[in-house]
Amino acid sequence: MGQLFHSVLLIEEKCRGCTRCIKNCPTEAIRVRAGKARINAERCTDCGECIRTCDNHAKTAITDSLSRLKDFEHVIALPAPALFSQFGREVDPQRVLAALIDIGFDDIFEVAYGADIATFLTVEYLKRRRKRGPAISAACPAVVRLIQVRFPALIDCLIPVDSPMACSGKLAKERKSQELEIPKENIGAFFITPCPAKVTWVREANKLGTFPVDGAISISDVYGEIAKRVPEISPPYPKLKASPTGVGWGRSGGERIAAKIAKSLVVDGIHNVIDVLEQLEMGKLSDIEFVEAQACIGGCVGGALTVLNPFIGRMNLEALVDKSEMPPNLFEELDKGLNLRNRLGEFAIQPDIVAVPAFRLDQDVSRAITKAEMIEKVVSELPGLDCGSCGSPHCRALAEDIVQGLAVDTDCVLKLREEIEILAEQLLEMAKKSPPALKENNTFSKPGE
Amino acid sequence: MRLEYHVVGRDFQAAGGAAAKIKRTLRQIGIDAETARRVGIVAYEAEMNIVIHAYRGTVGIDILPERVNIYADDEGPGISDIALAMQVGYSTAPEDIREMGFGAGLGLPNMKRYSDELEVESQVGSGTSIRAVINLPTKEGS
Repeated sequence: MGQLFHSVLLIEEKCRGCTRCIKNCPTEAIRVRAGKARINAERCTDCGECIRTCDNHAKTAITDSLSRLKDFEHVIALPAPALFSQFGREVDPQRVLAALIDIGFDDIFEVAYGADIATFLTVEYLKRRRKRGPAISAACPAVVRLIQVRFPALIDCLIPVDSPMACSGKLAKERKSQELEIPKENIGAFFITPCPAKVTWVREANKLGTFPVDGAISISDVYGEIAKRVPEISPPYPKLKASPTGVGWGRSGGERIAAKIAKSLVVDGIHNVIDVLEQLEMGKLSDIEFVEAQACIGGCVGGALTVLNPFIGRMNLEALVDKSEMPPNLFEELDKGLNLRNRLGEFAIQPDIVAVPAFRLDQDVSRAITKAEMIEKVVSELPGLDCGSCGSPHCRALAEDIVQGLAVDTDCVLKLREEIEILAEQLLEMAKKSPPALKENNTFSKPGE
Repeated sequence: MRLEYHVVGRDFQAAGGAAAKIKRTLRQIGIDAETARRVGIVAYEAEMNIVIHAYRGTVGIDILPERVNIYADDEGPGISDIALAMQVGYSTAPEDIREMGFGAGLGLPNMKRYSDELEVESQVGSGTSIRAVINLPTKEGS
């Protein structure tokens, strides 16, 4: 197994070793060691929470650069619906698409159109689903990863259909390869991404097999180039193919509206998502049919690689959704045009979603139990202040790190103080002692008296 | 190993904390996800029963090689008719608690549903003791 790729990473020079990120990481994946934050690759979900909370801007995301476009004969941009939200309420989305072409793409395939397809696939899946209880959308990659790491019992509840991004890549390549009569390998498809978790998903999926998306370029990287071009770009503009509900996937609640599922629960913000997943794992909310969970507040418009405030982005996207008209018989037309109903298997999610036992203490269960017992003992001796000064997010995490040999108890400043106090008392005791020759009232007496 | 937690009646802020800690440890030990989920549910319902109905109590688990024992002991009003309390939808939770979304009459039925063995003993005016067993899946093959 190769080293796990992560989009989110630390810029060493900028990190001042504060404890802000370790406290806010939903999978306790970060420790501060030797004055720098360290991210545990197995636990990280690329949710981007640390990027948002770091005041020193020491967390960033690796994304693909526009220079990769030249590696392919023909390159297609796959803009996330959230991209449209970044340029104000008045901007014509077709101008945004035209600007993308001007930047160097040969063609566009809107991920909002892929979202229309994903809506169809979701509805079809739910119709055929045998398992009872809530089905969870797998469209947010950080939520999927969170489930793999922290809620493996819920993997079965994920809706195993391709994300809008993957649907778009698949169909874009299929069409272009037929139209241009060139092999699919010569066509590059690049997602214009609002979040680092998608970057990771694309990289990992490409490592494991062929994946219809070749790379992910961040919205913030192309934002300036698009904003500059939008006011003066001249027609022809690429036509917007997606329906308003497809575009609406860019903000939280969009999937529910698009799929029109009555008993739905919509949750956004990774800490809120964890809270809901805890309840689902406990068998609560069993009457819910569909759960739309997104790691970022506001949904994709709030992604860590977007430019605007999530709520302003949301307002812009909703203005666009409200302005556009819903095409009649959208899903019938999609099905007829793309023969979707007979190709459901081709749109199964990839790669496979498997549990990631990133919290396991030991491969061997009995050794793990011994370690768990030691943790309980160590945690009972720690102050319980959860201050984070030791570089672990809270006292229990420090206890776990101590038992795993990754920390020592005197990493706790209060523990250290206690030990110094004991030592100081001993020193004082010793300092009070003087040799018999110097002592007054020496009671040495002659033998026999 | 044993994990034991104190639970305070009517403390809805802390409610669910014991079950969450139990789930965390089970995940660390590497007990399979489905069994861990079942233990979590039973421990949660036991904890919530104390929060809703009792004055105080303890919830704990013993992790053994072949099973997990879950226990809960409380000082509280007790249950006068256990058979009735085991029925889905039967609840003696007061109105204010139901308004909070608890006390739907699923506590004991859920515990029964997710455990392999369940024993409930209660003395009216004194308290309730619950013992549940969840067997660990036997390793297939080898």
